[in-house]
Amino acid sequence: MASITLNNVTKRYGHGKTATPVIHGISAEILDGEFVVIVGPSGCGKSTLLRMVAGLEEISEGEISIGARVVNNLEPSERDIAMVFQNYALYPHMSVFDNMAYGLKIAKVPVDEIKTRVDKAAKILEIGPFLQRKPRELSGGQRQRVAMGRAIVRQPQVFLFDEPLSNLDAKLRAQTRLEIQKLHRELGITSLFVTHDQVEAMTLAQRMIVMNAGVMEQFGTPEEVYTRPASTFVAGFMGSPPMNLLKNAPGATANTITGVRPEHLDIASSGWALQVEAVEMLGAERLVYGRWAHGAGDELVIIRNEESHAVPTLGSTLHVTPRADKLHWFDASTGKRRESNGSHP
Amino acid sequence: MVERRPFLTMLSHAVLILGVLVVAFPLYLTFVASTQTSQAIVQTPMPLLPGGHLIENYTAAWNGTGGGSGSKAPVGQMMVVSLISALIIAIGKITISLLSAFAIVYFRFPGRMFFFWAIFITLMLPVEVRIGPTYKVVSDLGMLNSYAGLTIPLIASATATFLFRQFFLTVPEELVEAARMDGAGPMRFFKDVLVPLSATSIAALFVIQFIYGWNQYLWPLLVTTSEDMYPVVIGIKRMISGGDSEMQWNIVMATAVLAMIPPALVVMLMQKWFVKGLVDTEK
Repeated sequence: MASITLNNVTKRYGHGKTATPVIHGISAEILDGEFVVIVGPSGCGKSTLLRMVAGLEEISEGEISIGARVVNNLEPSERDIAMVFQNYALYPHMSVFDNMAYGLKIAKVPVDEIKTRVDKAAKILEIGPFLQRKPRELSGGQRQRVAMGRAIVRQPQVFLFDEPLSNLDAKLRAQTRLEIQKLHRELGITSLFVTHDQVEAMTLAQRMIVMNAGVMEQFGTPEEVYTRPASTFVAGFMGSPPMNLLKNAPGATANTITGVRPEHLDIASSGWALQVEAVEMLGAERLVYGRWAHGAGDELVIIRNEESHAVPTLGSTLHVTPRADKLHWFDASTGKRRESNGSHP
Repeated sequence: MVERRPFLTMLSHAVLILGVLVVAFPLYLTFVASTQTSQAIVQTPMPLLPGGHLIENYTAAWNGTGGGSGSKAPVGQMMVVSLISALIIAIGKITISLLSAFAIVYFRFPGRMFFFWAIFITLMLPVEVRIGPTYKVVSDLGMLNSYAGLTIPLIASATATFLFRQFFLTVPEELVEAARMDGAGPMRFFKDVLVPLSATSIAALFVIQFIYGWNQYLWPLLVTTSEDMYPVVIGIKRMISGGDSEMQWNIVMATAVLAMIPPALVVMLMQKWFVKGLVDTEK
């Protein structure tokens, strides 16, 4: 177990004047035993960042330390880490047992020690019955568990997960998420988990790094990221349906974007007048899309409870009021969060 | 459509049967001829059913006691020479191509693509084009009449390198990364992961290269001068002496049948292997 320190980590592709930076100086401190999720849209650089920690990509500038050691120049196998890949990356011609034992065999761990470790990991992950099977004889979820088993037996200081749930169907994803949480509770190993799914991020993370275009937008607990987003990007990315970001809400000063989450808009008899454009039925609740005309036409999304109100008809007018303590303000030019309405103190 | 019309089914069967007959009939005749005496063969019409001299003819061919005016090299010995050189060529070609394809696909070094294309282009030229200079080199190195001389000039292969390269390009990048994580260096990865995954390609190429090596005629003709280093295909030719003296056709035919057996065996044995490999899909 160890902490991970990212110190101004930068990545550029190419050399000299034509070099394109893809990661712009990220610094963060991940504590020993913490489960940190790196979340962001496709192409934001989260996998690149993870691979730099893993040693599969060169670091252009800055330092990465695992524990007390700077690992910039160490091979992946020397960094005391283990990685779980999106496509499992199991050796197809080897049995499950051999897949899990391979790394230990290369490290010249004694045979009985290998067997003990593999059996123990197999028990935790409930893959004991499959030890002699080949990967092609297993389902996707089972293969992913074997991939995790392969990581566990190395007894590393850090676990790295590269979108491991993306290849699984929705039900299996939810199941495997719980298993990963259970695993982290039992083993307590520092973990870095990359995903583009903000639900996975919210449910698994103790803290999360929200990334956009190679920049770390916010590093905080799920609660902090959700209730106090640091920028319009984070506000719009976390939460489904996303936060309403309004350019010209009444009462806001110039150059301010007002943010309010759909669940914080209450239906009232007076207030903002929305013309209902669409209604989406989700089962437990409904999403209502209404157009609010007030100078510039913004669109709003509202979540409503099924029991309290009838289904609004398309074209009808609804009035909503925001809860006063649940408003967010962002600077329109930089996108950064402001602590209060009005000019930044 | 063929399934629905009985006439077309019959027609396609008839065509296929005709094809089989055209290919198989000469083989059958060869076998029949190898079981007769040489007088029976030269009579017209030649008997179409096997005779009773099978053991006699084959032992005579094997031991080189056939009589007649052609070469009397024992076929048994020539088969051994053919077998050894075909095996060396097949195994050598596969090993060298595996390593070349591995270098081309997984390593970056200056001039990589240049070397790849250079080797490729020169190997695309048939053996006959480069045979003069190759002979001089082999003879200067004192490799005439030896297994080295028979096999080494033929041992590089553009087709095998290209095929392995294409196969290696389909191996997912993540597998290489997982092996790196596990601490496997390049040669370890090659031995433990790439080669086992290439098993079906290796089996297929082994068949092709073995038959290629077995059937080599021009090069062994140049390089060998003593009878004890003749491969069996040369032996067959040399038995047919021409001229007026009596030809032992039955021995020649027996030799031909013997020469066909090892390649046929290799194909039959390997077929099981690469069909098995094709059926098991991998992820």
